[in-house]
Amino acid sequence: MVTQRLAVTNAAVEIITKLKENNGDLIFNQSGGCCDGSAPMCYKKGDFYVPSRNIKLGEVCGCEFFISADQFEYFKHSHITIDCKDNFSGSNSFSLETAIDKQFVTVSRIFTDDEYNNLEVK
Amino acid sequence: MSTEEKVLPLDRPELKEQYENFIGGEWIAPTNGKYSNNISPVDGEILTRVPKSTAEDIELAVSAASKAFESFKNTTVVERSTMLNKVADAIEANLERLAIAETLDNGKAVRETMAADVPLVIDHFRYFASVIRSESGMVADLDPDTISQEVHEPLGVVAQIIPWNFPLLMAAWKLAPALAAGNCVVLKPAGPTPMSILLLMEVISDVLPAGTVNIVNGPGAEIGKVLATHPDVKKVGFTGETTTGQLIMQYATENIIPSTLELGGKSPNIFMESIMDADDAFFDKAIEGLVLFAFNSGEVCTCPSRALIQESIYEPFMKRVLERVKAIKLGDPLNPTTMMGAQCSTNQKEKILDYIRIGKEEGAECLIGGEAYDNPAHPNGNYIKPTIFKGHNKMRIFQEEIFGPVLSVTTFNTEEEALEIANDTMYGLGAGVWSRDAHQLHKFSRAIEAGRVWVNCYHLYPSHASFGGYKKSGIGRETHMMMLNSYRHTKNILTSYNKNALGFF
Repeated sequence: MVTQRLAVTNAAVEIITKLKENNGDLIFNQSGGCCDGSAPMCYKKGDFYVPSRNIKLGEVCGCEFFISADQFEYFKHSHITIDCKDNFSGSNSFSLETAIDKQFVTVSRIFTDDEYNNLEVK
Repeated sequence: MSTEEKVLPLDRPELKEQYENFIGGEWIAPTNGKYSNNISPVDGEILTRVPKSTAEDIELAVSAASKAFESFKNTTVVERSTMLNKVADAIEANLERLAIAETLDNGKAVRETMAADVPLVIDHFRYFASVIRSESGMVADLDPDTISQEVHEPLGVVAQIIPWNFPLLMAAWKLAPALAAGNCVVLKPAGPTPMSILLLMEVISDVLPAGTVNIVNGPGAEIGKVLATHPDVKKVGFTGETTTGQLIMQYATENIIPSTLELGGKSPNIFMESIMDADDAFFDKAIEGLVLFAFNSGEVCTCPSRALIQESIYEPFMKRVLERVKAIKLGDPLNPTTMMGAQCSTNQKEKILDYIRIGKEEGAECLIGGEAYDNPAHPNGNYIKPTIFKGHNKMRIFQEEIFGPVLSVTTFNTEEEALEIANDTMYGLGAGVWSRDAHQLHKFSRAIEAGRVWVNCYHLYPSHASFGGYKKSGIGRETHMMMLNSYRHTKNILTSYNKNALGFF
């Protein structure tokens, strides 16, 4: 069986569905460091210019999920679950869920050898 | 009773139940009437309420700033310098109040806000007040009849988006040069830390002409884009993470305006074997230099989060380091004896714990810490024990910015190996190098790809030294007088005193 890189929790599905209703199609880009970094940023499709060399990790709820090529080098051994938490403290990112007091987070675990060997893109 | 027990937490400043946006010199309620709770990471309690603004409020703020700019652009250097000095004096007179507010808002230990954050804020305003009095444009005699003058003019209204790790200091880094250069500002504080900047405005609002500085709080998704793409905004200064940085650059293309980006880091801190040639004051300084990963609870873009230690000294050096890390006193951030405070938000704490889990799964060896800290003073606050992992540079905990008190340590044998590891990162913000060998210090400080290399020191942020990143750590510089030019146009006035035509037509 082909190993999937991404999974999504019910809490995240609920918020993605809600954001889609309000904003139309969405995309995700995993962000790098600093304050609100190392988290998935969610934008209206077309609002964020996805760098042409970014890698598509997969899709969540029909939304493409990208990561920069250099960051992928260190993420390629990790399975990522997209979760969504309450966030009443706000954020300084422009990610759409921040407007409704939520925050997407990536929860990682390292692939087992079997899982890694069955990835489509290593 | 020990001495430590006698020291009591500092009194909390009285806060209003609700704050407003600061627009056009007045406190204005958000157009939609909505507010967010401002939660303190110290204890999870609500501090106050702040506006949950929308595009309409940004319009009001940009409009107020544009109006103010019409007169502010004509202020003299003397007027602006005097104003900035008054700003500094007002902050100094309220140092303790602002420092405690910063601790409540961000969670960092009050001994840091008292000794570093707020004093540096004051110094930045004084620095820019002074440099604009001593600089001038340039004149060139191109030929006996032609004179070229390079003069500076402010950009207009600038947007500034502030991070939550040093809310007051990062605001000062952006406000001081922008105002010194004659611009008016619309500033968006970070969601988790809106309050201390509002208290700052209460302290300095009398000194600033109405509309020169406008503060709008609200979610980035609601107000970030409208601010960064506003046709009347002539520059965007942003400190934060990489994807938003890319988005800011993308937005800046819409209006063909500049942007300054200060993004992430994964700064190497390199310890050469000569540091252990003597067990003296310098060696003690080097130990502290490594332990500075815990400064500001590790929430610093230049956090020395990768320690590279020469193999020959690893065991004895790490023994001394671990003793020093064990001595880091956690506790109530408002107590002046507490050495490390809270993480800025519950989500940030969870993110750090996720990285600690990843480190363990990747096979890194946890030398100390590695878990949350149950703070008896504040059971509902966001606390993490200072953590050190030993591993290798290809691990995620060596490559991704954790933004917490988590240090990843590895060893090297040769100088070449040290440099290779140091530069093997997406980022290039800070770096440290520690040695008693002057030639080695020079070689490393030049070969490391980073905007700031601390040599035999770390985490110093003087206003008179430029700061910024190589690689994916950003574009542009902050601090130092060179920053003035990123907040103004250069106009060339080319004057001919020759009465004769060129002769072409």
